[in-house]
Amino acid sequence: MTDAKISIRNLTMAYGDFVIQRDLEFDIDKGEIFIIMGDSGSGKSTLLKHLIGLMRPAAGSIHYGDTDYWGGDEATRDAISRQFGVLYQSGALWSSMTLADNIRLPLVSYTDYSERDIAEIVSFKLSLVGLAGFEDYYPSEISGGMKKRAGLARAMALDPDILFFDEPSAGLDPISSKRLDDLIIELRDGLGATIVIVTHELASIFAIGDRGIFVDADARTQTALGPIADLRRSPPNEKIAEFLNRGASPNEGQLS
Amino acid sequence: MSLTQVSNSNFYVRLPVSGYDLEHLRRETQSVFESDAPKTVIYQLAEPDAWNSKTLAAINLVDAISKKYGTPSDYAALPEGVGKILALSKPPVDDGKNHERSAADLFLLVGKKTLDAVKSSRETFAFIGEALGSFKRLFLGKAQYQRSDLAGFIQAVGPQALPIIGLVNLLLGVILAFMGAVQLQQFGAEIYVANLVALGQTREIAPMMTAIVLAGRTGAAYAAQLGTMQVNEEIDALKTFGFSPMDFLVLPRMAALAIMTPVLVLYADAIGIFGGYLIGMSLLGIGAVEYVVQTQNAIGLGDIALGVVKGSIFGILVAITGCMQGMNSGRSASAVGDAATSAVVNGIVAIIVATAIFAVLTNALGI
Repeated sequence: MTDAKISIRNLTMAYGDFVIQRDLEFDIDKGEIFIIMGDSGSGKSTLLKHLIGLMRPAAGSIHYGDTDYWGGDEATRDAISRQFGVLYQSGALWSSMTLADNIRLPLVSYTDYSERDIAEIVSFKLSLVGLAGFEDYYPSEISGGMKKRAGLARAMALDPDILFFDEPSAGLDPISSKRLDDLIIELRDGLGATIVIVTHELASIFAIGDRGIFVDADARTQTALGPIADLRRSPPNEKIAEFLNRGASPNEGQLS
Repeated sequence: MSLTQVSNSNFYVRLPVSGYDLEHLRRETQSVFESDAPKTVIYQLAEPDAWNSKTLAAINLVDAISKKYGTPSDYAALPEGVGKILALSKPPVDDGKNHERSAADLFLLVGKKTLDAVKSSRETFAFIGEALGSFKRLFLGKAQYQRSDLAGFIQAVGPQALPIIGLVNLLLGVILAFMGAVQLQQFGAEIYVANLVALGQTREIAPMMTAIVLAGRTGAAYAAQLGTMQVNEEIDALKTFGFSPMDFLVLPRMAALAIMTPVLVLYADAIGIFGGYLIGMSLLGIGAVEYVVQTQNAIGLGDIALGVVKGSIFGILVAITGCMQGMNSGRSASAVGDAATSAVVNGIVAIIVATAIFAVLTNALGI
């Protein structure tokens, strides 16, 4: 897993004149589960927006493989974007379409499968997230957890190489949250996809994270980078120690 | 009974549960510190264990003054809970910046408003430019949108608006006929009511009122729909899949209004004239054939065409304001409400301004 897939160099993020984070520098390797951690307001979700093409960096670069994501034109960016799937915090399903149509749309637009094949693929993707039989439901007719799962099915529609998750466990009960974590690991193992997760859910971070970065709201830059287990064993500063150890019960303390 | 007392160079603050004024306490403390320079502030409760938020606020207030003079406080006489809660209250962080929202200074306000106005006009032009780009792609057959969406919007803008547009224009025809009749009867020229209604309706009223109804009905709906999609990250999701939100969401909505408004204007023309006809027949005693012939002589194809052209332009204005407000909406419930309100207000203002421009132009060109 040395083949660097996403490289972030000197990234500065800002809303107008207000700098949120500066000099972010890290690599996300192929096939790993990379966690973006940070306190509230530190710009975790903003960092995700930069990685998926929704916000242009104020300075610095993001490379996918050898391609400069923000340096090229929109067509280059679109071509790269098509390699990844994004699960938004709320699911972000298109509300005017049924679940099946939500997954169908990218398939119809970007593949040349027949209408019948697409219907089969759609049903299969829904069954992967435990929503077989919900093809004709509208997003407003299903629960929050189901919306998230349907959003995941849509994110996987084009068999992405990279999956981005924005706070996947937010608003889910512990059982659903655990199931989603298991699903994420299965997807990584099964598809070989690189997975990038923005979260501050400790249970998830410890259960599935390989490596991670900590973005600090006060320092306005990254204060930690490395394998989650290492960060937990020897946290580089007080804040990260506090962040990673809060809520961890003694029996969770053992690292596998 | 006084709240404070100075004895042995100590400043005693004795706080009851209620019946005192904090501003009064502040003044009293201030004057004690200025005149007596006490060595310690000692807090006491008037009744043991009787305290509330006001007690804490009072201590906090006195502490703020005593700290300025470097005078220590003695909380020993207070219950344990009071001390714990007081310890939670921290002074504002002094990072050299003023976090308090100050009353805006006039120049700052004018400058900010001006920059906002420049920004919003730039956004408007950018939006119109992007919309034109989408229409170009539509004509080249490259636009990505769902045909079923377009059909749905056409259904919502057109057929579903027929009852309300019919009712409004029927009544406007009736009102116009009544207004004209009162004046024209004085000269025995009732028959010209037909001219008034026909010309007024086709050239001015039908396009304007149809567009105003659409601004309230459709413009607001567009702004709310797109604003909610913004809140739900649906627009972000479109972007990351490489779909242009402009093509996908704005184009079918604008096209539906551009296609349906002229048709609705024609319908409004007919209904308005029918309203005038009802009044002419029933109250003014004009014969049916006479009224129809008079109407036919009063208006030409040019008048109807002018109304239809105006209608199309108004429809596009409603579509632009509605969609733009929705796409630029903030990500909160109140922002979506604001977007819908602005869509209606801006839409109506745009329609009236455009009507005025048309009035000047048609007059100058003799149309």
